[in-house]
Amino acid sequence: MTRLVSKVPPGPLEEKWSYYKSHQNLVNPANKRKLDIIVVGTGLAGGAAAASLGELGFNVKNFCYQDSPRRAHSIAAQGGINAAKNYQNDGDSIYRLFYDTIKGGDYRAREGNVYRLAEVSNLIIDQCVAQGVPFAREYGGLLDNRSFGGAQVSRTFYARGQTGQQLLLGAYSSLSRQVKKGTVKLYPREEMQDLVIIDGKARGIITRDLITGELHRHFAHAVVIATGGYGNVFFLSTNAMGSNGSALWQIYKRGAYFGNPCFTQIHPTCIPVHGDYQSKLTLMSESLRNDGRIWVPKRKEDAEALRHGKLRPTQIKEEDRDYYLERRYPAFGNLVPRDVASRAAKERCDAGFGVGETGLAVFLDFADAIGRLGKSAIEERYGNLFQMYEKIVDENPYENPMMIYPAVHYTMGGIWVDYELMSTIPGCFVLGEANFSDHGANRLGASALMQGLADGYFVIPYTIQNYLSSEIRTARISTDKEEFAAAGKQVADRLEKLMSIKGKQTVDDFHKRLGRIMWEYVGMGRNEAGLKKAVGMIQELRQEFWQDVRIPGTMHELNTELEKANRVADFLELGELMALDALNRNESCGGHFREEFQTDEGEALRDDANYAYVAAWEYQGDGKHELHKEVLEYEFIEVKQRNYK
Amino acid sequence: MDLKLKIWRQKNAKSGGRFEKYQVKGISPNCSFLEMLDILNEQLVRSGQEPVAFDHDCREGICGMCSLYINGKPHGPDKAITTCQLHMRKFKDGDTITIEPWRSRAFPVIRDLMVDRYAFDRIIQAGGYISVNAGGAQDANAMPVPKYQADLSMDAAACIGCGACVAACKNASAMLFVSAKVSQFALLPQGRPEAVERVRNMVKSMDEAGFGNCTNTGACEAECPKEIKLTNIARLNREFFNSKVCAETRKAAVFAG
Ligand SMILES: Cc1cc2nc3c(=O)[nH]c(=O)nc-3n(C[C@H](O)[C@H](O)[C@H](O)COP(=O)(O)OP(=O)(O)OC[C@H]3O[C@@H](n4cnc5c(N)ncnc54)[C@H](O)[C@@H]3O)c2cc1C
Ligand code: SF4
Ligand code: FES
Repeated sequence: MTRLVSKVPPGPLEEKWSYYKSHQNLVNPANKRKLDIIVVGTGLAGGAAAASLGELGFNVKNFCYQDSPRRAHSIAAQGGINAAKNYQNDGDSIYRLFYDTIKGGDYRAREGNVYRLAEVSNLIIDQCVAQGVPFAREYGGLLDNRSFGGAQVSRTFYARGQTGQQLLLGAYSSLSRQVKKGTVKLYPREEMQDLVIIDGKARGIITRDLITGELHRHFAHAVVIATGGYGNVFFLSTNAMGSNGSALWQIYKRGAYFGNPCFTQIHPTCIPVHGDYQSKLTLMSESLRNDGRIWVPKRKEDAEALRHGKLRPTQIKEEDRDYYLERRYPAFGNLVPRDVASRAAKERCDAGFGVGETGLAVFLDFADAIGRLGKSAIEERYGNLFQMYEKIVDENPYENPMMIYPAVHYTMGGIWVDYELMSTIPGCFVLGEANFSDHGANRLGASALMQGLADGYFVIPYTIQNYLSSEIRTARISTDKEEFAAAGKQVADRLEKLMSIKGKQTVDDFHKRLGRIMWEYVGMGRNEAGLKKAVGMIQELRQEFWQDVRIPGTMHELNTELEKANRVADFLELGELMALDALNRNESCGGHFREEFQTDEGEALRDDANYAYVAAWEYQGDGKHELHKEVLEYEFIEVKQRNYK
Repeated sequence: MDLKLKIWRQKNAKSGGRFEKYQVKGISPNCSFLEMLDILNEQLVRSGQEPVAFDHDCREGICGMCSLYINGKPHGPDKAITTCQLHMRKFKDGDTITIEPWRSRAFPVIRDLMVDRYAFDRIIQAGGYISVNAGGAQDANAMPVPKYQADLSMDAAACIGCGACVAACKNASAMLFVSAKVSQFALLPQGRPEAVERVRNMVKSMDEAGFGNCTNTGACEAECPKEIKLTNIARLNREFFNSKVCAETRKAAVFAG
């Protein structure tokens, strides 16, 4: 347990980061050239980190599985990025952003880290504007802001519905500049397979060249993991097809602790599932809830008729509609936080009031807003989203209400890191969605982009130096060394084993079945019996996978089925740990809703006396996991029950 | 619906390729084009054959990873969308669909329908950035940018780097892609100090990669999933001309705005 030291610096909240920076060790420019850093991932976190570390003069190797760093899934973020600029003069401050984030996370994040995040948020906006990110502007030429859930101020910066794209292209351009300068070397279509540890320190990685199938060994003085979230354990999610948890699982098995693996965010407004051939779910921005009203019919017969196409939604009279969010949460109405909105939709559908072909959908209706503001106003606000909806669903949302349903979107859990973003493996740092920090049990909108860029541009360039300052005498280690050879052999053995199974079922067969188990028992509503059942089912499925998966081709060539199988094999273990973690946490908080722990009105019931801690799991080998706890102490804020009524 | 597919199969960059015929049955019109290919691949794997390799990731039209030349059109028959946003309702029962990779000397085929677009990354590395280190920026509102200019810059910045413009062009020119990045920065005050070097270096890198010349056919604009406009190419030409004319007197270029 001695290893779980958060290393939050002493002193008042607002002085901690300055204190850290003025007391840390640095590496001088001549020595930086002699130090190698591996960055896995080119999203906002990895791309920003690789670029900034290159700017400082380190030798950086940067990996991604796509054909170009510009395609990391950060590109898909729509809504925006938060910062405490207070350009609107509406009472925002660093403290308020910090407070909203801690509260939004249902008091399960570390104060020191979150305060630093809020503190550097303003620098991010400055940096991005300087890079040429075309943020939305007002007529006077200054930056525009919009509001997002969980906040009473307008602090979200955006670039149309493509904020993630523009921020990522900004990081990618800085990264490209370093590639030209020779400080960063890119390795696209090269996937990490394992972490190499020498004398207790992270010293390199094994990768697979996805085009040739060759395994490569790479040395570095430190390894930075920024491989994004693991929401695809559910098969269907808003993540990209290739998003995976494998790098996290590899370092977990090498000794990094996994923090709060069960904390998953289920986003309330996504396009519903429409068939078993479906490969992914598409998000409809949270901003729609500003003007859209969510409802289902009051009568089950109406719901039934709607499902069979015997009634149109517009035929349901006003008094026969149940605007259940407005009914249950009069104060926040349709703008309750994501976890609350998602659960309420599930509750109505489970009770038989769901619409759409499958009965797993609710209406998001703009008729009132169109009546009040006119169609053109709605078009101006949400035109691109309405068009996207129409392309997918083939229905005109100006005439008929949209149908939406919650979908897996983000993982708050991730590798446990200290204040320096270092995992429990010395020299192995974890950034962005891949780490557990900052968002507690529920993430607020527009704060993942903020965290990724904060970690990459403004935190890791400092904290990694504190570690590397004692590495300046470490000469580059040859990748012929036995630890590299051993790790390389393990990877090759595993791939060979996968190839040799030659079973009957496809990788997707297994992935879909895992997804169904996760969604049913480890999704929006969880209970002890279900979670126990899930653990058993996942174990069985895993066994079956290793006996019956079919992968055509060979491992010595481009093989997309092998790539998928390799990731699904890890999901089949990670899914079990998520269920175990959910089982351990006998309380409801944020996105984690244990049905046994709710108020009389069906709201989440936290247990601060027993569960105000980060659950940090340690791999014990052989499918066993041990729980460690980092107790969360709130020095500066008062912990309260969230109330949105 | 039932469909016949004619798909380009090629083992790797070195081997030759050929069309193979396949059939898929009972496809829902609500299925996306890539989901239809998923169904085909599941079918192939079950019957002991190798699946068709194609690039894709986000499946929502933003990462630029998907490609495909479908019935002679990059990203298929629908306008202003990527292949991953295309749905089967755009086809009819019994149709034959021909699927090929992007064809261009600068985008060699890696396998089946996948191509290597690293030439695009190299062009960006040549100058597609503003030189600013993390931590060195002034306050974001210190330099106002007129809204119409910021909007035009955003229009250009929307390029997803998919390469459809190259695939659509009979000369395999990359001008629309290059002009989008040059325009994004040319329209912003932050981008002016390096404007001369940027356009020169990017155009040089484009030429070296083996992309063809632009003869203003406009095919790129018509097929671009993000509706990047030809006016960007005009701006690129202007910037390039300026960079030549103002070789000695750089200042003039900086003020040309
Ligand atoms: C549809 C959608 C909309 C969103 N909208 C918003 C929003 O409006 N505001 C907001 O704040 N947040 C939003 N989010 C969340 C936010 O986008 C993500 O949390 C964030 O971008 C993650 O960034 P990242 O750098 O950690 O990871 P990613 O961007 O996912 O990057 C992961 C990188 O790791 C690489 N990688 C992964 N595994 C390996 C491996 N084994 N080997 C080598 N490389 C690997 C990938 O190639 C990629 O480069 C949204 C998320 C989604 C899915
Ligand atoms: S200009 Fe259009 S077609 Fe060309 S790469 Fe960009 S988005 Fe694709
Ligand atoms: S898969 Fe990302 S744009 Fe098509």
